[in-house]
Amino acid sequence: MSTPLSPPPKKDPQKRTQSPLRPPEARSRAALGLTAAAAEGRFALQVCEDCGTVQYPPRDVCGHCLSTGLEWQDISPAGTLLAETSIRTSINLYFRERTPWRMGSVKLEAGPVVLCHLHGDCARGEAVTLLNRLDASGQGVLLAVPTNRTSNMEDDPQMRALSADPKHRRILITDLRNPNTPALVTSLLEAGASTVFVGEAESWRPHANRDLLSGLDGVSVLPLDVTDTASVQRLAGEIGGKTDILVNNARFLRPGGVLARSDTTFAREEMETNYLGLMRLAQAFGPGMCARTNDGVNSAVAWVNVLSVFALSNAPDFGCFSATNAAAYSLCQSLRGEFRSSGLRVMTVFTGPDDDDWTQPVPPPKVTSKALAKAVVKGLQQGLEDVWCGDVAMEIRERWRRDPKVLERELTQGGEGA
Amino acid sequence: MGKRQSYEGVAITAPVSVPYQRYSIETAHWWIAGALRGSLQAAGLRLADVDGFSVASFTLFPDTAVGLTQHLGLCPRWLDNIPMGGASGVIALRRAARAVQAGDADIVACVAGDTNHIDSFRNLLSSFSRFAQDASYPYGFGGPNANFALLTDRYMHEYGATREDFGRICVAQRANALRNPNAVMKTSLTLEQYLRARPIADPIALFDCVMPCAGSECFLVMSVEEAERRDLPYAVIGGTIERHNAHAEDPVQLRGGWTLDVEELYAMADCTPDDIDLLQTYDDYPVISMMQIEDLGFCEKGDGPDFVRSRDLTISGDFPHNTSGGQLSAGQAGAAGGFIGLVEALRQVLGTAGGTQVADATTAMVSGFGMINYDRGVCTSAAILKAGSTA
Repeated sequence: MSTPLSPPPKKDPQKRTQSPLRPPEARSRAALGLTAAAAEGRFALQVCEDCGTVQYPPRDVCGHCLSTGLEWQDISPAGTLLAETSIRTSINLYFRERTPWRMGSVKLEAGPVVLCHLHGDCARGEAVTLLNRLDASGQGVLLAVPTNRTSNMEDDPQMRALSADPKHRRILITDLRNPNTPALVTSLLEAGASTVFVGEAESWRPHANRDLLSGLDGVSVLPLDVTDTASVQRLAGEIGGKTDILVNNARFLRPGGVLARSDTTFAREEMETNYLGLMRLAQAFGPGMCARTNDGVNSAVAWVNVLSVFALSNAPDFGCFSATNAAAYSLCQSLRGEFRSSGLRVMTVFTGPDDDDWTQPVPPPKVTSKALAKAVVKGLQQGLEDVWCGDVAMEIRERWRRDPKVLERELTQGGEGA
Repeated sequence: MGKRQSYEGVAITAPVSVPYQRYSIETAHWWIAGALRGSLQAAGLRLADVDGFSVASFTLFPDTAVGLTQHLGLCPRWLDNIPMGGASGVIALRRAARAVQAGDADIVACVAGDTNHIDSFRNLLSSFSRFAQDASYPYGFGGPNANFALLTDRYMHEYGATREDFGRICVAQRANALRNPNAVMKTSLTLEQYLRARPIADPIALFDCVMPCAGSECFLVMSVEEAERRDLPYAVIGGTIERHNAHAEDPVQLRGGWTLDVEELYAMADCTPDDIDLLQTYDDYPVISMMQIEDLGFCEKGDGPDFVRSRDLTISGDFPHNTSGGQLSAGQAGAAGGFIGLVEALRQVLGTAGGTQVADATTAMVSGFGMINYDRGVCTSAAILKAGSTA
């Protein structure tokens, strides 16, 4: 069993905050296949299309038959721990600060032997399961965990380092008025978040969510209007130093493409919230969070942005909204690059249409608030980078991966005549 | 597989070790030049007499053997660069020997050297190999310590070896090092000290690890006629082997490529393990020395622990091993670590080993092991040297 994680003591402002550190980032292009799979929580290895050999470490050709036809496929993560060690001295500063660090070698049932991080509850000779997770450098790494759950297993320091677990962390949700906010708050509290801040714009306007949330233990409703730079900066000044996870669910949504509208008024409002709102938040909260990624149990760990899956390919019924989400997605990619050296993660959550008033004409399936909240929490616990929530999002992902042009044509097909 | 041709007619001479330093502000070029100059002086040769040149080094970048020809003023008609770390000494020798036999070169200088600046070990590790970069160093960045910890863990579990068994190897080598004035380690080591040492990567502790340092080693290869004409004491080659990426299917490395070729090695040299007067293994970690003792036929696989319990591995013992102190006690000077055993073995059969001389040594075995590309050492090599003339 792992020692349960204690709530962190109050921060001593006299003490230096430990500098962000990270494990080695450099990888060959082939090895990034592991990272791509880890970004969505899959355990995948290279498989030869010609001879079927499963191989690791990643290569440019099959090490058995020299075929160049290699595909990353989901593989059974079952294996046996062959040997183990605790590294007590390392010349890499990230690991040096975290010794002893356990690692081991695992023989996979699928064939290869892998070197991997080792959960504290794994013992030599026993069955283990491999997880493929993103580390603080944003690269996919393998962690062996016991095949059968052990108590408090997520509190193992090495497992926690490969997650953005909300437990004992302080979280800001940016938009009280979003219908999914109550479910997000509840799920994050259930996952062990110590505090949930909820941003509320135009607090003079009553809202049912305010009544639902403001009385809850551990929840604090604070003024925040993402379309107002001063408001964002004011809140960052107040809680920026204790925001460990920021969940940006602020959204302005109206139906219609370009010709459904006679001017750019709604488009401006959509950009103000969906794109520039994200930018304002990042400018105000980003630097402080980046400086606190090595700050102990409640270090800053992740930025979460909820996006429409039509950020990938436009749905003309919500054409202008899709465009702002495409812009926001692109900005999230930029933030990934800008946050990378600090180890702060950016998790993009792609959802299909939900049960918002404005999406009422869209046929089901719809994403319930509960499903979204569950996906966000699970994504954080597994340290994911891309989360696909709901059947529509998953389907669009598959079609987009198969052929983006075919998807575009199917989404933009007109009716008979003009 | 055809029978290998013998190494008859090839002489090795002029062994030189430039005393190692823990840290050096000089470059690999400087260290390599020092060793080359030493061998030329020992043999009474001029730079222009060298028409074959072989170099092994990790810290020459951006140069290779090519850059060194101009840097050192060489004009060789045969040039080799051996990026094989701990296996490089024997491999340099066997290639140079074939060049001499074929007449491609008359006098080949084989040299290895590296510098060690503050932080150069970290830089070397960071760019060591693609598999290490992708699949080994992100896991705790324990470097070779972590790889060999896993291997040692498995070996102990498989064959019942204890830390005391590995300690016997280290303690004997330290005793040998105290008779080598150039060894980096100058104080004695007891088994108790070994067992109490600071843990590095369990089960490996401080005295299982080599000390990275700066240094260089050199020897010359030429024909026996050439050596005799110049009145140089020389050794001859009984046989040599090399092998790469052997036993790739073994989940953890408990044996090396020597097992595939060792019978042929003894057959070429027309001798048996009993005829070997001293053994120089590649000792980056004691478990690797134990593995070589097994794989080179001195005992059965898995009997290494018993072997070191029952034998005396010091210079005056019944199984002299790593007589100069090896890398564990004399220091690991980068690629020169692949030469240290060979150069010492050469001194032993020439009878010029001074304080570390094994009495009446005429036949020596030297073995190499190198390059932790991912989870194991990929390159192995071995040679049997015999005393030639004692001019």
